[in-house]
Amino acid sequence: MSAPTCDKIVDFVYREARLLDERRFDEWYELFTDDAYYWIPSTPGQADGLNHVSLMYEDKLLLKLRVERLKNPKSYSQHPESRPHHVLQRPEIESADAAAHRWVTRTPFVYLETRGDDQQVYGGVALHTLVLVDGRLRIRQKRIDLVNCDAALPSVQMFL
Amino acid sequence: MGKYRDDPGLVAGLVQDDQVHRDVYIDQEIFDLEMERLWSRTWIYVGHASQVPQPGDYVTADIATQPVIMVRHTDGTLKVLMNRCAHKGTRLVTDAAGSVGRAFRCPYHSWTYRTDGTLIGMPLPRGYDGTRMKECSAAKGLAPVAATAEYRGFVFARLSASGPSFTDYFGESLSSIDNMADRSPEGELELAGGCLRYLHNCNWKMFVENLNDTMHPMVVHESSAGTAKKLWEGKPATEPKPMAVEQFVPFVSDYKFFDDMGVRVFANGHGYTGVNFSIHSSYSAIPGYEEMMVKAYGTERAREILSISRHNTVYYPSLTIKGAIQSIRVARPLGPDRTLIESWTFRLKGAPPELLQRTLMYTRLINSPMSVVGHDDLYSYRCIQEGLRCTGNDWVSLHRDFRPDEIGATDLTTNGTSEISMRNQFRAWARYMATAA
Repeated sequence: MSAPTCDKIVDFVYREARLLDERRFDEWYELFTDDAYYWIPSTPGQADGLNHVSLMYEDKLLLKLRVERLKNPKSYSQHPESRPHHVLQRPEIESADAAAHRWVTRTPFVYLETRGDDQQVYGGVALHTLVLVDGRLRIRQKRIDLVNCDAALPSVQMFL
Repeated sequence: MGKYRDDPGLVAGLVQDDQVHRDVYIDQEIFDLEMERLWSRTWIYVGHASQVPQPGDYVTADIATQPVIMVRHTDGTLKVLMNRCAHKGTRLVTDAAGSVGRAFRCPYHSWTYRTDGTLIGMPLPRGYDGTRMKECSAAKGLAPVAATAEYRGFVFARLSASGPSFTDYFGESLSSIDNMADRSPEGELELAGGCLRYLHNCNWKMFVENLNDTMHPMVVHESSAGTAKKLWEGKPATEPKPMAVEQFVPFVSDYKFFDDMGVRVFANGHGYTGVNFSIHSSYSAIPGYEEMMVKAYGTERAREILSISRHNTVYYPSLTIKGAIQSIRVARPLGPDRTLIESWTFRLKGAPPELLQRTLMYTRLINSPMSVVGHDDLYSYRCIQEGLRCTGNDWVSLHRDFRPDEIGATDLTTNGTSEISMRNQFRAWARYMATAA
């Protein structure tokens, strides 16, 4: 099984953001391994997701809950719906362990979330830990370090 | 000036026995009067003593929009001081927490103060010779708040010099703090795990009232907690429930559950739901914890402590706590339609680390700006803020389960779906608001 090229890895990260922006949440959910974590720390450089609070620290079950909830017309906070929009800087491969089929990419980004007349703008760095499962790239961890992670935030409803 | 400030009758008229006027939530003048007459004259939560263990340690907070510093003085006592240099009014400290050693130093002109606020000095002091500076408030250093009190480490302050004593003000409601602290085998709490800060675009009272609103969870949280319940429904009974599912699912308990839960209210606006049980009553045991509690307290007392699992206790107007899951939320009002809610969590000293981890999961799931439970609550609050702009109906109904004999009650327990918590809060509100500072 040949390792994916750098371009394939980079394309994967861009595609993940596109799935979110197009609200293709079921397909996005399938990108994660079964033991994956989606982590948005609440302090800069946070090392611990278990013994320190985070904005999000979610396993696949919790991601599934969010995805299913967004299909439910009784998700009242989504009337009107939130629209996400990612603008990514080209992902860099931060580390590569070809033997373990594991890569970490680093992607600075700007993220917009609009709902009605309100538009919120966030920025930060996404770190993806990617692995090969049955020959396909999957996400083992997505970590989002928001530049304003410890600011007082309003409701942020979509996936960053 | 405004229409309310000099008319106590008009202010009092905003609160009837079973309904309140929309101005209490949307009027700027009422908000300003709340800061002067309610938030300055009642006991407001500042922080926890465990945040400032060593002399020189401090944290900053806001009371009634006024910035304050809570600092451990060199003699070991806690001081709560106005965060304002006595010279030109500079905010002295701008970090959320830190350590100053023996003195604060203003970053503007270098006036220095001891950690009890007394003025040490400033550069070129001879410039004040022959002036009356020493007779003016500049020489008095950092103004302390009028009164402070500490209970099981919870530090409260009152800005105004007059008012009820701490124990008179809170009374029997303090038993909720006791239960939280008693859940530690050492009887001690330690603030741990950081803070979540959620900006609520609504009046502070909407947040506070929702805490003991038992008629909304099955409606508002159907999409979140209801989805958790559906996702788990097909699983065999033998499969252990994930902690997240245990924490979510009770939110969509039925009306009977919330009614049987019971509510208890006290004088001065305090109260709690979950008299008999709560959404926290059925969490799985954490290995080792009960044994540690029995070892510390004996079987009888340990069982008594752990059998109390209240829902939200409101320490009116600023604080709400959940003893059974060791999390608290603090309201910092910013404007009539803007409130900052801070969520903090506690480690139970001497208990297994899994308890804090469980508490942190709870606060992530429920209190984070990214919480799907929070999203629908805040949507409701925002809708009220907007809906109350309408004329045609000036009143917010709080009629549910009103009984005339509840008026004047200082300790009353009744069915959990009653709106008595809110009526009780407004009775305290009206008392303070109708009296000029």
